[in-house]
Amino acid sequence: MEPNANNGQAVNVAALSHEENLKIAKKRNSLWERVKSKRACYAMMAPYIILFILFTVLPVIVSIFFSFTYFNVLEPPKWVGWDNYVKLFVEDEIFGIALKNTLLFAVITGPVSYMFCLLFAWIINDFNKKMRTFLTLIFYAPSICGQAFYVWNIILNPGRTGWLNGILLRWRIIQEPIMWMQTEKYVLPVLMVVQLWLSLGTGFLSFIAGLQTVDKSLYEAGAMDGIKNRWQELWYVTLPAMKPQLMFGAVMQITQSFAVADISTMLAGNPSVNYAGATVVTHLLDYGSQRYEMGYASAIATVLFILMVGTNKFVQHILGRVGE
Amino acid sequence: MAANTSAKTLGFGKAKSDKAANDNKKPAYKPPKAKNYKHVKKLNRSKAGNGILFFFMVICGIFMALPLVMIANNALKPLDEIFQYPPKIFVRNPSLENFSDLFVVMNDSWVPFSRYLLNTIIITGLGTFGHVIVASLCAYPLAKHEFPGKKILFSLVVMSMMFTWQVTQIPTYLIVSKIGINNTQLPLILIAWQYGMGLYLMKQFMEQLPDSIIESARLDGATEWQIFWKMVMPNVKPAWLTLAIFQFQQMWGNTGAAYIRSEQLKPLQFALQNIAAGGTARAGAAAAVSFIIAAVPIIFFLACQSQIIETMTTSGMKN
Repeated sequence: MEPNANNGQAVNVAALSHEENLKIAKKRNSLWERVKSKRACYAMMAPYIILFILFTVLPVIVSIFFSFTYFNVLEPPKWVGWDNYVKLFVEDEIFGIALKNTLLFAVITGPVSYMFCLLFAWIINDFNKKMRTFLTLIFYAPSICGQAFYVWNIILNPGRTGWLNGILLRWRIIQEPIMWMQTEKYVLPVLMVVQLWLSLGTGFLSFIAGLQTVDKSLYEAGAMDGIKNRWQELWYVTLPAMKPQLMFGAVMQITQSFAVADISTMLAGNPSVNYAGATVVTHLLDYGSQRYEMGYASAIATVLFILMVGTNKFVQHILGRVGE
Repeated sequence: MAANTSAKTLGFGKAKSDKAANDNKKPAYKPPKAKNYKHVKKLNRSKAGNGILFFFMVICGIFMALPLVMIANNALKPLDEIFQYPPKIFVRNPSLENFSDLFVVMNDSWVPFSRYLLNTIIITGLGTFGHVIVASLCAYPLAKHEFPGKKILFSLVVMSMMFTWQVTQIPTYLIVSKIGINNTQLPLILIAWQYGMGLYLMKQFMEQLPDSIIESARLDGATEWQIFWKMVMPNVKPAWLTLAIFQFQQMWGNTGAAYIRSEQLKPLQFALQNIAAGGTARAGAAAAVSFIIAAVPIIFFLACQSQIIETMTTSGMKN
């Protein structure tokens, strides 16, 4: 009996594997079928995908490769393995400061700016058409005019004539004018305010457009369901209806607040006093465009990239719960 | 400030003058007619709440309006006021001499300014228009279709926005040289077409569209291309107008210095910034330059933004 049984099993296995083979073949076939049935989709996406691979995917892959090399732009890159990363986390003390500052920007400026974008867009949405266009322009002005340095230099002028010093002196809050951008403890808070002022742009406009597309009948339905005040309406009707824009706004805030660099370089200088205004990207620029150590700069970029992708995962998870 | 004066003219609780007249010109796949929502009542909005929110808005608005006010006033300041210390915001003796200075400098340039202007129109126009089309075309399948590779593509696009662009510049430059389009306007335009942000924005808005309108168009025998042009794009007009604002601003601000060496191919922005960098002797012209550099995207912004608000009152999607 035994060998027979064995034999039977073997046959079974063979049959099964044959069936499985068929299944796999079918699956492959159906994958191909699925691709074929969606060929209009692929045709639509082709121009974007080709350009995207060429000008984004490839450069990013090459940059990540550079992060494992010593590359000074003039000579061909030399493979150094994990050296750049080891140096970054073990030896580079300034990177620690830069990382801390960047995380502070991400944790404080990011969410606050996000809330402001949403709040302003929501308030502005209630005005009549002319007023709405006008107010949108006002709140978008810092992003469109690009005069951050000029405006804040006048406000933060270290002499008695700086606006901020002038007001504080007049109100007797301070006795001596403060050198805002040369005093370590003020640098980061001031930069945060400037970043807040500057960062309303992208998220804000997408929220404005998002609010326009919320179906008006949802509000009627909400009112019938017993929504009492505007805050409930915001939480139960408006926000869930514009979840896609909320997700988009969050990604924009992450990419902006982790990449703060220009305002720090412009207002506090690079390097700033005791690196008080150093961020990961100013540190990267220091190595990349001043010392031409592109390998090291690429390693910094890769670390920042991982940090941002992780944060994005976390934030998208939280936003998934809006309106629950 | 300006925001203050208009305080009286606004009405929080007022019903909007929505005219739901749906003058849709596409007979074939017309979305169901919009209901007239003229009488949607804004519910229970307390006066105190309005007051607090409005006060908060005005304070912030003054700060946000600063760059606008400063640029406009500086452009009108005669030289002695520009160099005044401490600087004043508002101009006392407005004059247009900064602009006439600027025109004198412009006439001195060995590449005629009309050439720079033409280059800018090509770069900004194609960069903006092309990006909106290419990104929207790719966003529609991502938002409304299931197909192999969808998840990977989308997460690649979102992740690409998180890689510091400063480090990818050198590899990008190498690729541009390899293809052989270096020192033309093509790299500026083509690179602008594949920005991740535009695709992401379009995809998010298209996701909001109800499947039913696409499904019914499909049942009527529309091809995917027809659905895209006649159903999807008209219904996400606020999205692509917003994207156009972003992209226009980005393209307009591009000096093209990274890829273009020939003076004849460079955009207006490059020439203007060169004038502005001319030091104290050209401070007046520089103020006029700042004004022009800011004014063009603002005009474009206003044109698009008023359209966005218009679409909201006339479109009748999502019934």
